[in-house]
Amino acid sequence: MKRPRLMVLGLTVLLFLAACGGGNSATGAGGSSGSSGGKLSGTLTVFAASSLTEVFGTLGDTLKADNPGLKITFNFAGSPALATQLTQGAPADVFASANETQMKVVTDAGLQAGAPGIFAGNVLEIAVPKDNPGHVTGLADFAKPELTLAVCAPDVPCGAAAKKVFAAAGIQAKPDTEEEDVKAALTKVELGEVDAALVYATDVRAAGAGVTGIPFPEAGQAVTRYPICRLTAAPNPRAAQAFVDLVRSDAGQRALEAAGFRAPGS
Amino acid sequence: MRRGRSGVPVPLLIPASLGVAFLVLPLVGLLVRTPWSELGPQLAAPGVGEALRLSLICATSATLISLVLGVPLAWVLARSAGRGRSVLRALVTVPLVLPPVVGGVALFLVLGRRGLIGHWLFETTGITIPFTTAAVVLAETFVAMPFLVISVEGALRAADARFEDVAATLGADRWTTFRRVTLPLVSPGVAAGAVLCWARALGEFGATITFAGNFPGTTQTMPLAVYLALQRDPEAAIVLSLVLLVVSLATLLLLRDRWLGRAAA
Repeated sequence: MKRPRLMVLGLTVLLFLAACGGGNSATGAGGSSGSSGGKLSGTLTVFAASSLTEVFGTLGDTLKADNPGLKITFNFAGSPALATQLTQGAPADVFASANETQMKVVTDAGLQAGAPGIFAGNVLEIAVPKDNPGHVTGLADFAKPELTLAVCAPDVPCGAAAKKVFAAAGIQAKPDTEEEDVKAALTKVELGEVDAALVYATDVRAAGAGVTGIPFPEAGQAVTRYPICRLTAAPNPRAAQAFVDLVRSDAGQRALEAAGFRAPGS
Repeated sequence: MRRGRSGVPVPLLIPASLGVAFLVLPLVGLLVRTPWSELGPQLAAPGVGEALRLSLICATSATLISLVLGVPLAWVLARSAGRGRSVLRALVTVPLVLPPVVGGVALFLVLGRRGLIGHWLFETTGITIPFTTAAVVLAETFVAMPFLVISVEGALRAADARFEDVAATLGADRWTTFRRVTLPLVSPGVAAGAVLCWARALGEFGATITFAGNFPGTTQTMPLAVYLALQRDPEAAIVLSLVLLVVSLATLLLLRDRWLGRAAA
């Protein structure tokens, strides 16, 4: 009973991918991994910044649909934690960092296979609870001591970016808490416990209906660039290359854009 | 007598040694990696003293609150009968199994400015608890108090109830019996529970950073400072961890001698 159904499903997927591949072939990237040198198999381990959770999950499903024998394990965490795990010898095939600093930690340790490439950019946005209890309208509201405000700690990437935009706008920010990562800051907005938090545009997009995003012009002063690379210790180098190619393909870039990321050049 | 005691049976000795190695080796790892030459500058860095002071104050406050609320609670658990008791005990130990971050979110849902009690407090008085030092103490108490309750309950159950019966026959009421007979009887258990509770509170991270946030001087305790230092400079994080370890070990050893000296001798 089960097998014919699986085969039908497999065929559908193959046809679908063939159709996609047809449109994609001009770029030469992505999609082609399956056809050259047979299907991928084994386990692919991807260490990626938390902000990539949704997009990479989707892209992973795409790659798995193309290669039924492939198992993909994601380790989503803050980039510094991932860089520490990698320099301490964690076995992984691909590392995608939310900033160039943490990628440098990994390349300084000589763990990269090939130069890392930038595949996306991200900017900060103000996140407020849906009913906007603090009547926040722009970055200047972060100077109001009467509001309850969250930013990221200066030690983590989103906090470093926040510092930059405040400096660019000449604002003396008065936060009540410096969060350990961007998702923690967002949680406090979702719970309505802060009037506003400074998070990435992609996080606002991922949070859904409970959170409203307010873009601000100074955000362009601190564009965070996301580099990706294969790792020398990769147990599955072929799958690693296929995943990196997929992320940088047109399909990958479309998925990133849909999640609120900027194109790497901007 | 003595010779008989000093020989530890081999079936106990081997796992015990493995246990010690497992618990102590990570500490050795920290010591080996400690950048001793940077110790001075790292310790003098702004915020370290403040975070340590805040940690000690908050953990001690949390322990005091836990003693005031937890010892009576342990008595109720140990001395009352009925089916309600096992349900009550299960409920009390919930913070032990709850991931601390979830505990922090749960505290928001009750004491946050939109929480069950918190919203009422906010609307009538304008007071909000999250992101204050009080929030750190509450988060630590929530996570650490069960350790004290369980220890004290165990001590109360092990204590010989006949002492209390005798006190009653001599005319002492239940409150006097508790104060003059039961409490002195279980004081080593209370002390051990308080030490556990304090240690747990001192190392508390998840509930604290969730419910109290992280701001230097107000809510940034040592574990939070260590975590954030790890994002920037792993060596600084090691130094800070070491400070926390030394201070906590020194405190525990001193207190142990003072509180448990007679009982252990």
